Amino acid sequence: MIRKSLTGLIGLVWAGGASADWALNMPQGVTDLSQETYDLHMMGFWVCTVIGVLVFGVMIFSLIKHRKTSGVAPAKFSHSTSAEVTWTIIPVIILVAMCIPAAKTMIKLEDTRNPDISIVVTGYQWRWHYAYQDQDLAFYSSLARPSLEARQLGSTIDPYSVDNYLLEVDRPMVVPVGAKVRVLLTSNDVIHAWWVPELALKKDAIPGMVNEIWFRAEHTGTVRGQCAELCGKDHGYMPIVVEVVEPDEFDKWLTANGGTPKAVAAAAK
Amino acid sequence: MTTAVADAAHHVEHGPAKGFSRWLFTTNHKDIGTMYLIFSLTMFFVGGTMALIVRSELAQPGLQFVHPEFFNQMTTMHALVMIFGAIMPAFVGLANWMVPLQIGAPDMALPRMNNWSFWILPVAFCMLLSTLFMPGGAPAGGWTMYPPLVLQTGDSFPFLIFSIHLMGLSSIMGAINIIVTIVNMRTPQMVLIRMPLFAWAWLITAYLLLAVMPVLAGAVTMLLTDQFFGTSFFLAAGGGDPVMYQHIFWFFGHPEVYIMILPAFGIVSEIIPTFSRKPLFGHDSMVYALAAIAFLSFIVWAHHMFTVGMPLSGQMFFMFATMMISVPTGVKIFNWASTMWRGAMTFETPMLFALAFVFLFTIGGFSGLMLALVPADIQYHDSYFVVAHFHYVLVPGSLFALMGAAYYWLPKWTGHMYNETAGKVHFWLSAIFVNVLFFPMHFLGLAGMPRRIPDYSTQFADFNMVATIGAFGFGLSQLIFVYVLLTCKKGPPATAEVWDHPKGLEWTVPSPAPYHTFAEPPKVDRTVAFPKDYD
Repeated sequence: MIRKSLTGLIGLVWAGGASADWALNMPQGVTDLSQETYDLHMMGFWVCTVIGVLVFGVMIFSLIKHRKTSGVAPAKFSHSTSAEVTWTIIPVIILVAMCIPAAKTMIKLEDTRNPDISIVVTGYQWRWHYAYQDQDLAFYSSLARPSLEARQLGSTIDPYSVDNYLLEVDRPMVVPVGAKVRVLLTSNDVIHAWWVPELALKKDAIPGMVNEIWFRAEHTGTVRGQCAELCGKDHGYMPIVVEVVEPDEFDKWLTANGGTPKAVAAAAK
Repeated sequence: MTTAVADAAHHVEHGPAKGFSRWLFTTNHKDIGTMYLIFSLTMFFVGGTMALIVRSELAQPGLQFVHPEFFNQMTTMHALVMIFGAIMPAFVGLANWMVPLQIGAPDMALPRMNNWSFWILPVAFCMLLSTLFMPGGAPAGGWTMYPPLVLQTGDSFPFLIFSIHLMGLSSIMGAINIIVTIVNMRTPQMVLIRMPLFAWAWLITAYLLLAVMPVLAGAVTMLLTDQFFGTSFFLAAGGGDPVMYQHIFWFFGHPEVYIMILPAFGIVSEIIPTFSRKPLFGHDSMVYALAAIAFLSFIVWAHHMFTVGMPLSGQMFFMFATMMISVPTGVKIFNWASTMWRGAMTFETPMLFALAFVFLFTIGGFSGLMLALVPADIQYHDSYFVVAHFHYVLVPGSLFALMGAAYYWLPKWTGHMYNETAGKVHFWLSAIFVNVLFFPMHFLGLAGMPRRIPDYSTQFADFNMVATIGAFGFGLSQLIFVYVLLTCKKGPPATAEVWDHPKGLEWTVPSPAPYHTFAEPPKVDRTVAFPKDYD
């Protein structure tokens, strides 16, 4: 409760000057697990903040009071077993307490069973390939043309004039809202990583291996991400765009692009 | 007594040789220490220039100065030069100078190997830096050299591998030398557990080096054979495993980060008691904490790999083991705070750097604790949050400790007091700009900016500009340090003690320390290991 209200307070202070450009914190995202991840992040942040205030407070007090110019004679003590045992044991307890909620979320993150849709995502230098396993649809997704032109060295195009500069693709990945989407990650060449902050998901795409992650988006909308593992010269230019749409809209999108809708919409409902 | 005086006179006659041969053939630990320190300062400016190229490009969205491939060369080379060329050799240089003086030994145990382990380094770095001029440019796959990407490196690939081998060779020889020196050459009454903390930190660091540098050599050799001799250690197409490289690399890499911080802990444990005018709080628990950190550093490597795909039980083990490191690290922070508590502090430049170390390293420790929480790490991993984290522990951590050490022992090395005003200006500018430079990176990472990208979406523009301003401020402030070094000889002569009754054998020899010291083992009190305890 205190944590929530403190978060809110700081949020208010930040919101004062906050355009998106000065974003200070992790997004809370669009899935339950992204919210849990955010909460864990804030828990870590507040534990560190409280310890920091205490430790730095003691040190700053000491720096002000225990200086030679204030005429104090230095004390001679050089150890205290009870103090040392105390500040060894208390941190252990705090750490165990932090691990428990983290472990609960980790278990959920790994549970990729019974997906509504499976999408094989393959990393290429330097674009992504999306293959919808049961919908007969596969396509490449590359950096959108306006960003591509503006990003060149010596380009006269102002990045600010490009919508979603470097975070726009020619063909986004589309998923239905509420469906459990399993993403199977692999790579065709070097290691890439598929990262969408709003989904709180990041996983490496490794040649010769398949990694599994999953998400269930709670709202419709567009979320964006980028490759997060250095993969060569155009590593910075392989964005990810995921559009979360209503199930019937998803079926329309499948049909329009030559795919076959397969009872996904029903499952998502 | 007469013999001792005669001995001293005898040694003065055999002082340093003249000219370049003094430096090329020297087996004197002080000369070799000086060369290490000058070399590392040079590399610090080389690596710093690369960092400024990176930050210049990142000042605004869009590409203004360099192509992405050159940008990647700069980030890769910046890391390799700073880690293997600046931070590690600087600590070895300090060990060369100070370990024999602290333990009352006349020199390092293996002086000729000492000479060799230094002179390998300039060769290794000439080779590494020469790759900038090769077809295909310098290595651009990141300092971690992950396959398969690193195998796409151009002509510079074998030179990269060979220079890493040479650096490893130099480190291993340096580590052997330090271990043998400390174990065999302490003045007879100096009990191991009562040894000064800097020597202790280096003894433990040297064992870490000895354990992991061969692992790195093995990993890069496998890269070499994958590239040129048809093996498939890390190539999936041939039945190999690219992730295995990461396990091997981080088995080296995680102890490596402690190799770069444990000697810093040792330095801070020397400086804070001197300027607090109080003995170090919990000397023995400081030693045990160092040993605990060193042990834990071997069982946490996979926390660098939470996104590669690992069994759940593995993730949980590495999360918990990683969090445990903050226990002994916390003990060290609390002990430093307790050393200051009820002391009589003064704030000369070395103390300022040591204090900034304690505060800012702790911030790096906090972000490290947050990084250990696996679900949160999935967000932080390979983002600017991680860049902020490891720069906080390496720059206001390792580097500030090195700067503090340089100011602390400079009068002992040169026999002159440095310019205190310039030193303080250097400190305050560094301390302010280092935060302007690295603190905004936390926000960038949380907002979703990946690391190692040459250009970014416009939403990240503002904090990147702030960081770049900080980078130039920080980089230019370091020129004040060069000014301090160059003008040091003009300063007033230093006494043997230099500071206000510091403890330790190094303060019993004159300033500057004679070319040969402790030809006869000094006498120390068995229980405190120091010639002068506090009255």
